Amino acid sequence: MTTQALGFRRSPVAWIGGIAVAIVAWFAIYRQLEDFSRAAVARMPIPQGSALASSIEFFLYDTPKVLMLLALVVFTMGVVRTFFSPEHTRAMLAGKREGLGNIAAAGLGVFTPFCSCSAVPLFVGFVSAGVPLGVTFSFLIAAPMINEVALGLLFALVGWRVALTYLAFGLAVAIVSGWVIGRLHLEGWLEEWVRDVRAGDIDLQPDQTSWVDRFEAGWNAVKEIVGKVWYWIIAGIAAGAFIHGYVPAELLSWIMGADAWWSVPAAVALGIPMYSNAAGIIPVVEALLGKGMALGTVLAFMMSVIALSLPEMIILRKVLSLKLIAVFVAVVACGILAVGFLFNALFS
Amino acid sequence: MKDIKVLGPGCARCKTTEEMVKAEAAKLGIEVAVEKITDYEAIAKFGVISTPGIVIDGKVVHAGGLPKTDDLQRWLQA
Repeated sequence: MTTQALGFRRSPVAWIGGIAVAIVAWFAIYRQLEDFSRAAVARMPIPQGSALASSIEFFLYDTPKVLMLLALVVFTMGVVRTFFSPEHTRAMLAGKREGLGNIAAAGLGVFTPFCSCSAVPLFVGFVSAGVPLGVTFSFLIAAPMINEVALGLLFALVGWRVALTYLAFGLAVAIVSGWVIGRLHLEGWLEEWVRDVRAGDIDLQPDQTSWVDRFEAGWNAVKEIVGKVWYWIIAGIAAGAFIHGYVPAELLSWIMGADAWWSVPAAVALGIPMYSNAAGIIPVVEALLGKGMALGTVLAFMMSVIALSLPEMIILRKVLSLKLIAVFVAVVACGILAVGFLFNALFS
Repeated sequence: MKDIKVLGPGCARCKTTEEMVKAEAAKLGIEVAVEKITDYEAIAKFGVISTPGIVIDGKVVHAGGLPKTDDLQRWLQA
């Protein structure tokens, strides 16, 4: 690459101009999606108004819509996250007391970036730097549950009311669960070496990140996350399209409607062994809601899939005893159940 | 001889980071001994909580995500 091209890529003006053009193009395309899918289905040799036509239309409309929204949200969050680092977060939380500490931890969990292979170093680093165990858990619960992909897609597909309530109740579950775990004083149930290690001090460098760096981070996040989840999304939308076209609404609202009290615990139990990311689950949720599934049941299912995943527990087993993992699952599951029942009572 | 430690449990990014360090050092003609630290306890003792991390001559210079090439060169030449 020539230095000239490199200079252009590193210029803030070029980035801002490029982003402006991309946003205009984004909205222009986005507005055409519905007409496009309808026109495409009309040209196919299938009966209009049939279940098949309805399924295909849903699929053709939702796939580009979801991918475009995802790119937008991931880019924005990628830029926002350059303002937070796990090391700074830890410094902010160290010495915070329970209560306020749980609230701060849950909030920071939403924005602090870390990849799943960092979950253990992060946990150890927090605990060994004097962040209380319950506060650490608030962070660890909020981080995956309220991820930017889940929130952004929910916002766009199911509406802002549901997105905001998900945010509020997700934070509440993280805060209360962490607080409860803290009150139980289970420090003794950590693996022994975790209790003994004392974290070294790290010199926190003053932040020298430029806006070009931040934009680049956003773009890299788009490439990485969309590249990783696109097949989940397509699978999720295909399942959603099938539900939309073929599954009778009476059946679903009978199984998962607000009247069936057992639907919430069933949804939570079903969600724990399932491992998917939000990207695959939300298109299914969109279709299920349209068929009369109760909102509380849907939210409980989503929270359970995202926050209580078996692979993460296996990773955490390196630092937590089985007893402590069991307490973690039980406390979070209770919180999710409460959210599910509350919502079904409020919104039915 | 610079003593370099790459901290990371063994995810793809940690391996890429190790390769980047070796490649940049070779390009600059700097002699380095690169060691991979995968033990969680050892990683925690450096105070690094987001991996991959890079330690040069006992000093943490980087934590979290892939390092940038120009940063790497700067650290190696320091």
